[in-house]
Amino acid sequence: MRGLRVRLWQAGLLLGFLLLWEWASRTGRIDPFFFSLPSAIAQRVWRWFATGEVYPHLYITTVEMLLAFALGTLLGVVFGLWLALAPAVAAVLDPYVKALNAIPRVVLAPIFTLWFGLGVLSKVALGVTLVFFVAFFNTYQGVKEVSPLVLQNARLLGAKPSHLLRHVYLPAAASWIFSSLRTSIGFAVIGAVVGEYLGSAAGLGYLIAQAEGVFDTTGVFAGMVVLMAFVLALDALVGTVERRLLVWRSKEREGGSA
Amino acid sequence: MASFLEFRQVTVAFGDYVAVEGVSLALAPGAFVSLVGPTGCGKSTLLNVAAGLLAPSRGEVLLEGRPLKGLNPVAGYLFQQDAILPWKTALDNVALPLVFRGVPWGEARERARVWLEKVGLGRFLRHYPHQLSGGMRKRVGLAQVLIAGPKLLLMDEPFSALDIQTRQLMENELLRLWQEDRKTVLFVTHDLEEAIALSDRVVVMSAGPRSRPIGDFPIPLPRPRDVAEIRLTPEFLRLHREIWELLRGEVLRAHAGA
Ligand SMILES: Nc1ncnc2c1ncn2[C@@H]1O[C@H](COP(=O)(O)OP(=O)(O)OP(=O)(O)O)[C@@H](O)[C@H]1O
Ligand SMILES: [Mg+2]
Repeated sequence: MRGLRVRLWQAGLLLGFLLLWEWASRTGRIDPFFFSLPSAIAQRVWRWFATGEVYPHLYITTVEMLLAFALGTLLGVVFGLWLALAPAVAAVLDPYVKALNAIPRVVLAPIFTLWFGLGVLSKVALGVTLVFFVAFFNTYQGVKEVSPLVLQNARLLGAKPSHLLRHVYLPAAASWIFSSLRTSIGFAVIGAVVGEYLGSAAGLGYLIAQAEGVFDTTGVFAGMVVLMAFVLALDALVGTVERRLLVWRSKEREGGSA
Repeated sequence: MASFLEFRQVTVAFGDYVAVEGVSLALAPGAFVSLVGPTGCGKSTLLNVAAGLLAPSRGEVLLEGRPLKGLNPVAGYLFQQDAILPWKTALDNVALPLVFRGVPWGEARERARVWLEKVGLGRFLRHYPHQLSGGMRKRVGLAQVLIAGPKLLLMDEPFSALDIQTRQLMENELLRLWQEDRKTVLFVTHDLEEAIALSDRVVVMSAGPRSRPIGDFPIPLPRPRDVAEIRLTPEFLRLHREIWELLRGEVLRAHAGA
């Protein structure tokens, strides 16, 4: 019941905001040229999908972000595990990791364009530089926080290093890794869209940049709406996988079977 | 008879704090020895040394006559705190030591089920640790340790979280299992009655710091024993009075020091 009430409030809030926006634009309280109208944006989104003109762009962006997401996460988890389990390596690499992470990624975009061209690769590279560090730091932290008692117990029970990795370190780090996945998705999209925005011939970022170039605010907002829906869908997907893989956590108390 | 496990002049210091000093203690093969002493006197510390988790600051531990280096390969250790894996079900936790030894999951689970039934958890195979009570988790831990068939069993207050009925059930069960294959057992407890009822020998530690054994009492009670019944025999009461005489002074000293 409480859940339903919260949902109703959430829907009401959105509806109220959109109505206010629509009303303000129509009555000229805000300039529709700069702010557009929700109804116009909805129409534009609808048309993009009806005519199918958005699909190639959506496809390109999806490919870029999924690649950046997968590659960045994989590298981040592997390096996170490595550095967490080899403190000597971590001690040596620590300043370099910090230094690399201190670079604002946007400034890398032109370099990646030079190195990898205007196509998909340069956007993936940009996304990877963002996603990598999130996955890396979370995996590192997760492994570092494994209970020493559980670890000693497993070792005394005969676990070899590969067993420890599989049955102790990875599951213990899983909740950290999953929370990082949800942040990573956002970063992967940022990498893709910013890359497209700064120089490309396709993708949602390109679409938005095009619209902006002709002062088409409706197009800009429509692009944003599509992006938002896209990220929310992926986030929900990760959330579902997370709930299934982390049933052992005490928050999921009701999930017990007798 | 040559001893199975022997502490030779073992001293353990944590920084400036000397927890135990000059501990010499020899366990004959198949002996059930209890260690009692006031809280903080270093009982868990000695078990950690015997398990090879903690290197003594001075002295050494001999395992079947040879100095112990690194983890003790024949020890099963039931820790004072929970050390089972929170992300595995009771069944998988107990199956794990077999999997570490190369047994396939299917067979390992089958054998784990038998062990969980032995400790009275046949109805809780699919429960995660957080869905079990403290006493049930202890029993999962016990099954997990015993399934690997250790020759040396180190137990740190394994039954202190149990209610008195379950506790006596488990104590009898432990005696029955021990009777089957006569592992060497080093059993730590606060409870002198429990120590006498279970053991062949009760060793009393002095209050810390610089704790060491100050009394070593053989328990010549006949076996097999029933822990509830044996408490009522005159011989038991005599031993209890005798050992308590010594222990009480140490407990009072520990309190005065705290
Ligand atoms: N890792 C550690 N670092 C510093 N001091 C420690 C450490 N482990 C134990 N100690 C100290 O050593 C002493 C002995 O600890 P230990 O845990 O062995 O006591 P215990 O006899 O098992 O007590 P209890 O019956 O309460 O479990 C205590 O004073 C404790 O504070
Ligand atoms: Mg202890």
